[in-house]
Amino acid sequence: MMDRSLVFAAILFGLLLLMPFLLPLFGSEYLIGLIIKAMLLAIAAISLDLLIGHGGMVSLGHAAFVGVGAYATAIGLENGIENILLLLVITLAVTGFVALVTGSLALRTSGVYFLMITLAFGQMTYFTLTSLAAYGGDDGLTLWSLATLFGSDIVQSGSGLYFLVLGTLFATWWGVFQISRSRFGRVLRAARDNPERAEVMGYAVTRYRLIAYLIAAMIAGVSGLLLVQHAEFVSPALATWQRSGDLIVVVVLGGLGSRNGAILGAFFIVIIEEVLGSFVHEWRLIYGPVLVLMVLFAKGGIADLFVSKDAKGRAA
Amino acid sequence: MSTTLFLILCLNGLQYGMLLFLIAAGLTLVFGVMGFINLAHGVQYMVGAYLVYAYVQLTGSFIVAVFLSLGTALIFGLLLEFFVFRHLYTRSHLDQVLATFGIIIFLNELAKVVFGPATLSVAPPEFLAGSIQLTETLRYPVYRFATIIAGLAVAAVLYFTISYTRIGMLIRAGATSAEMVSALGVNIQRLFMIVFGVGAMLAGFAGVIAAPIFAIEPGMGDNILIVTFVVIIIGGIGSIGGAFIAALLVGLIDTLGRSFATEILSTLFSPSFANQIGPALASMLIYILMAAILVFRPKGLLPAKGVA
Amino acid sequence: MSSLEIRNLNKSFGALTVSRDISISIGTGQCHALIGPNGAGKTTLIHQISGGLRSDSGNILMDGQEISHMSVSRRVQAGLGRTFQITTVLPSFTALENTAIAAQAKSGSSLRFFRNAARETALNEFALATLQRVGLEHRANIPAMDLSHGELRLLELAIALAGKPKFLLLDEPMAGLGRAEGVALVALLASLRGSLPMLMVEHDMDAIFQLADTVSVLVDGSIVAQGTPDEVRADPVARAAYLGEAGK
Repeated sequence: MMDRSLVFAAILFGLLLLMPFLLPLFGSEYLIGLIIKAMLLAIAAISLDLLIGHGGMVSLGHAAFVGVGAYATAIGLENGIENILLLLVITLAVTGFVALVTGSLALRTSGVYFLMITLAFGQMTYFTLTSLAAYGGDDGLTLWSLATLFGSDIVQSGSGLYFLVLGTLFATWWGVFQISRSRFGRVLRAARDNPERAEVMGYAVTRYRLIAYLIAAMIAGVSGLLLVQHAEFVSPALATWQRSGDLIVVVVLGGLGSRNGAILGAFFIVIIEEVLGSFVHEWRLIYGPVLVLMVLFAKGGIADLFVSKDAKGRAA
Repeated sequence: MSTTLFLILCLNGLQYGMLLFLIAAGLTLVFGVMGFINLAHGVQYMVGAYLVYAYVQLTGSFIVAVFLSLGTALIFGLLLEFFVFRHLYTRSHLDQVLATFGIIIFLNELAKVVFGPATLSVAPPEFLAGSIQLTETLRYPVYRFATIIAGLAVAAVLYFTISYTRIGMLIRAGATSAEMVSALGVNIQRLFMIVFGVGAMLAGFAGVIAAPIFAIEPGMGDNILIVTFVVIIIGGIGSIGGAFIAALLVGLIDTLGRSFATEILSTLFSPSFANQIGPALASMLIYILMAAILVFRPKGLLPAKGVA
Repeated sequence: MSSLEIRNLNKSFGALTVSRDISISIGTGQCHALIGPNGAGKTTLIHQISGGLRSDSGNILMDGQEISHMSVSRRVQAGLGRTFQITTVLPSFTALENTAIAAQAKSGSSLRFFRNAARETALNEFALATLQRVGLEHRANIPAMDLSHGELRLLELAIALAGKPKFLLLDEPMAGLGRAEGVALVALLASLRGSLPMLMVEHDMDAIFQLADTVSVLVDGSIVAQGTPDEVRADPVARAAYLGEAGK
């Protein structure tokens, strides 16, 4: 059933590609902004799904890498680095380094311990960001200059930024798709199903998990970079554990191992937040119980509607 | 740093540690015995604080409010267990995370709607209001002393219950192997319910005694939940003794670190550098401790196997 | 040179000694059986050899190479294959995928992120051939969770073989097999024996007398008798310690 999910992805990306041409007919910059927001969420969620869905590593601190990426970019911008490619390199290096340190420690454990440790490291990152007094501390930092592509401001707003984010989303989708089918992805799934067995097949499980953790962190970091470009603002709130929780919600709503699901989940969350939030100020009073009920009664959530073969954990 | 200041900070650390222990005790047992990851445990702490605030408004008496709050926290915990958590014990950790995350979102928002987003406070009861002279230069609030004593008392009762009673024996056995306990013909469902209810009540109690010291606000349980996770990782999941030691360790290190990190750093580096790095380092200390423990003892200081 | 040489292996947990000065030497093309009552330390010894448990002292040499300081996965890379007492395969993978992923560990890097591993013909053909060796090729595309117990035991063996081992550790390969399945497995192991030296822990005496060139009797962490099956059968110490008990 691989084909069906590819067709579905083609439709999804086709629609996203058309949006900037369709939406101005309804005269809405606001909607474009919402779609960018959802796509950024989807990028981070797909990267988290590589960990949870394929690797079986439930991280509750993934938003920290979005925060680290955003701050790496913001600090670069504040210090006069405006070339987006250079900022990308910086972001990848910084998130990669943070992931290497925290991952090597966190991956000494697994299961519940891993979950709690990633949560703790995420919180540690959050506190570190709040202590960056020179870059806004608790309040965050508004950025007066944004990244440029070879001196051009095309990637700063409007359709330039939209297509940059869409392109990144596609690259993430495609990259994780490739990884999931690759030799590496297969080892990762074997380690998820039975780490001892994978070890006895000759695989140093922790090493493979660490590499997956690095990749996921770096992708999340890139979404942070783009987030800065879109919001023109960074704050430690990006790295709170509630944001990590939101990412898990997106991944689970979309279905484990399903990249299309992660995109739908991201749009679902953003729409809920905006639409529900515009009608009822206290929308969380509804959202919270909906999550509980979803787990209790509709296991699989909206994912059930779009389950693809590899979403069930089968080898792709 | 003066000796007096140091002593006061130690007492504050001790008192913070006691709070952490009260929350960690329930969390570590629920984990150990049921393998259930309850993110909503921190919310019980917030519930306790709001309950005592509401009951003080109603009755005017702090003591009456404390008992009413404990009862309500227990009932609230049991209801949550009955309606939600009971159905999640056999589910994956991911489902448990998701459902308890939903409960946090709901209760935090509910607190905001009912009590407003502003911080609230409760005055300590009259007879615990003053402070006592410890040494010539050192006075310490009676109420804070009382919380330390209350924490120690709860720890002692828990230790006795777990070490010497039948239910304690079952809890210890359950932390090692739940199947074995149910094979013994014990009503495991009821055991879970009791553990859960007591855990919720203890977290509520922590919220109650914290109410006169810290600000009562929506979301107040979230940050302390994460520190509690650090405590039970350091102590070893399922271990009450480990939770006790780790809670005190974390309480002391965090409190002392926040006061002295900058000072200690400035003896080594330039003052401006110390001022910048000090606060960040202080808030990271307990996580660094946790990382260090993980490197040397991945299962925590006192793993639950055998010893409770 | 011996294919697997265990020298003076010791292991204790506190006051409990689980391996006491164990030495076993297995020549090329030989099958060595390890027998002993329950709790004698057989599975512990298997763990020590495969690397899940570090020994307190002693050496393990495979083809003359010291392996006792290697991790589990390094030992497998070095050529140590292993099957488990309780079947552990990857339940959501098919029989072919289980075998292919084991083969993958020994053919090129697994740090490849961009090619569809399921379409690697060389890997799949080798995996299918390996399944053929154990007689499971007709079940190649069945998820492991849907295989019968006997088929899982065979898959377990295929996974070990797919890693191109130089030496095979078998932990109770006959466990839970029906009579006909057992006969087939003994025949299969007998056909492998010449090219692949092995150490097996087993309770099934018939299988041992058919397969083993040499036997060690392990009691309370020590080897009390060692020799050919006939020698061990005649050994009074071994009879008292184990064979007599087993005959009860």
